[in-house]
This record gives sequence, C-alpha cells and structure tokens, in this order.
Amino acid sequence: MKILVMGCGRIGAIITRELVQEGHTVTVLDTSEENLRRIPPTLGARTILGDGILDDDLRRAGIEGVDAFVAVEQGDARNAFAAQKARHTFKVPKVVCLIYDPIRQQMFQDLGLQAVSPSRMISGLVLEALEK
Amino acid sequence: MYIIIVGCGKVGYHLLKALIAAEHEVLAIEQNPQRHAAVVEELGSVALSGDGAEAAVLAEAGANRADVVIAVTGHDEDNLVACQVAKQRFNVKKTIALTNDPTNEKLFRTLGVDVVVSHTNIILAHVEGELTEQPLIHLMPVPRSNLRLVGIHIPPDAEVVGKPLHELLLPENTLISLVVNRRGQARLPVPGQLIEPNDEVIAATPPEADEELVEIFTRVGR
Repeated sequence: MKILVMGCGRIGAIITRELVQEGHTVTVLDTSEENLRRIPPTLGARTILGDGILDDDLRRAGIEGVDAFVAVEQGDARNAFAAQKARHTFKVPKVVCLIYDPIRQQMFQDLGLQAVSPSRMISGLVLEALEK
Repeated sequence: MYIIIVGCGKVGYHLLKALIAAEHEVLAIEQNPQRHAAVVEELGSVALSGDGAEAAVLAEAGANRADVVIAVTGHDEDNLVACQVAKQRFNVKKTIALTNDPTNEKLFRTLGVDVVVSHTNIILAHVEGELTEQPLIHLMPVPRSNLRLVGIHIPPDAEVVGKPLHELLLPENTLISLVVNRRGQARLPVPGQLIEPNDEVIAATPPEADEELVEIFTRVGR
C-alpha cells in the first residue's frame, strides 16, 4: 500500500518505521525538519517538509495517489482537520487519526472517521498495570 | 439570543462589541491568556479563557443553550472543529466559521458548517469586478446551498450569441437567473430568448462549474 503519514513525532516515526518494514511505500510529512530527522535516510521512507493541513503541501506529498492517510500530530484539531480533508477532498480510501480528547474522539468516530484516542488507551494500560 | 464567539482576535473582538451593542447575550472564548485578560478588563466578564474547539470548554461556555456559535480564530482547523463539536455534541442550530485559507470553503460546507465566510474570497470578488478581462465574476453565495451567484459577460464574438437560452447545455445544478443586456435592462430568462452580444448573464451555480460556464458562454465562434 501507499501510505502518507502526517506528523513525525515519536508516534509518527514508529508508525513509519513499522509500515516500511511491512513492505509499504511510506511518505511522512512534518512542518519541522528536526522531527523528520527521526527517519534515517537508510529506512527508505520519503520525508517531506510541509504542512499537512494545506492542500498544496498534501498534493506535494502525493496524497492524490495514496491508499491510506494517517494523522498523528499532537494537536487534535489539526489531526481531525487533515483527516477529514483527506477523506472528503482527496477521497483517500482509508483514513486514521489520533484524537487525544476522548469526547472528540467519540464524536469523530460517530462522524465516520477512524479515530484513536491515545489518552484513553494509555490510561487504560496504566490502570490495568496498577491492578497487577 | 445567546451567541458564543470562538477566538477573540481582531475579528472576534469587534464581533463581540457589536453583538453586545445589539443587546445579545454573548460570550467569547479566547485561548491566549493575555488577550483574554485584556478583553475582560475592557468589556467585563464576557470572555472565557480556553480552547474553544474543546468539548469541555464549550460545555463550560454553556454551548448546550447557545443559538449560534461563530468560530473566527486564525486557525481553520480550530474553526472547523469548534463548529463540528458545537453541532454534534451541543446541537447548536447555527454555526458560522471563518476560513483563513479560501480553499477550505467547500470542505467546511461539506462538513456541515452552516455559514462559511472567506475574507480572501470576498475581497477577490471585489477585485475581479474591476478587471475587465475577467469573464466570470463571483457576486455572492446563495444562502443554505453550496451555490453562488456569478456574472458572466458575453463577448460579441462568442459562439452562443444568437442562440436561444433553453438550448444551452448547462453544468449540473446551474440555473440562469437574470440576463442584463448591454443597455442595462434586466430580464428574467424565458425559453426562446436569444443571447445578445455583451449580455451579462447572472447564474446560480456550484463553485466547481465555473470553468465549464466560462467555456460555454465565452468560447469564440468559428
């Protein structure tokens, strides 16, 4: 699959690495050059310096030909916005986004987005560990 | 009426003052603490500090009894999400959003924002009117639809000159609303009416049909 990842923080970098190792063609987009340095050139992922909420930058990163779009930046609004843009403007078949706020995660899920809430998952893991 | 304004920058601040003057119940939500403090100092307790795109903050603002939410921050993603949360979580009837990036206008409408205002597009429409070589001018959005009114000037050598209106193959959802002839007389379009040189055709049309309309009405005849 061709996959575009928006956000090259810790989470984005891990996702990119795993996807490449699974044999996918991955492009990762971030507004910070420093973040993009998390991807070693030897990995074979394409890195693009650009803003994932701008149509022109998304096009430059090749969104028009991808099978999946993943939005994993820190900001909920940016992730939700980019994900909806990918889905409605660029008709990307599969779109997944991180939404930290559990209320909004549920809301976007209800609106048909595949939204993952790290805060909900992590608190669940911590509580589970406490009980052990 | 209870109105919540998300973002109290330049646009939000003047909206807040105008709506208070019009005797509405208004509350502005501002993320920047200094900016929030300055507004409260000047206008009293009409502003809340926080991220207006967050459900918890909108709840604190009393969004469940708001009639209108207006999102006018400098960030389109916050404006969109604030309106979506207001609509989905708090059943706010009317949401109004500013798009700083004019290319986002259509997406906002698709995603259910009731009124989308793009200052760039508004200014562009005025400038287009001044440019004579511009064949199509955007006049105004048609409320409660994704259509807008456009004006098209018919060049004297256009292929459509002399053809009856009803024979034209128009783009989908496009409706000719008015024809103004070169003497400035406006007529409602009727079947069989012939297009004259230098007519000004006013049509309601979706944004994506602009290019096709220009092609139909201004293509030069052989």
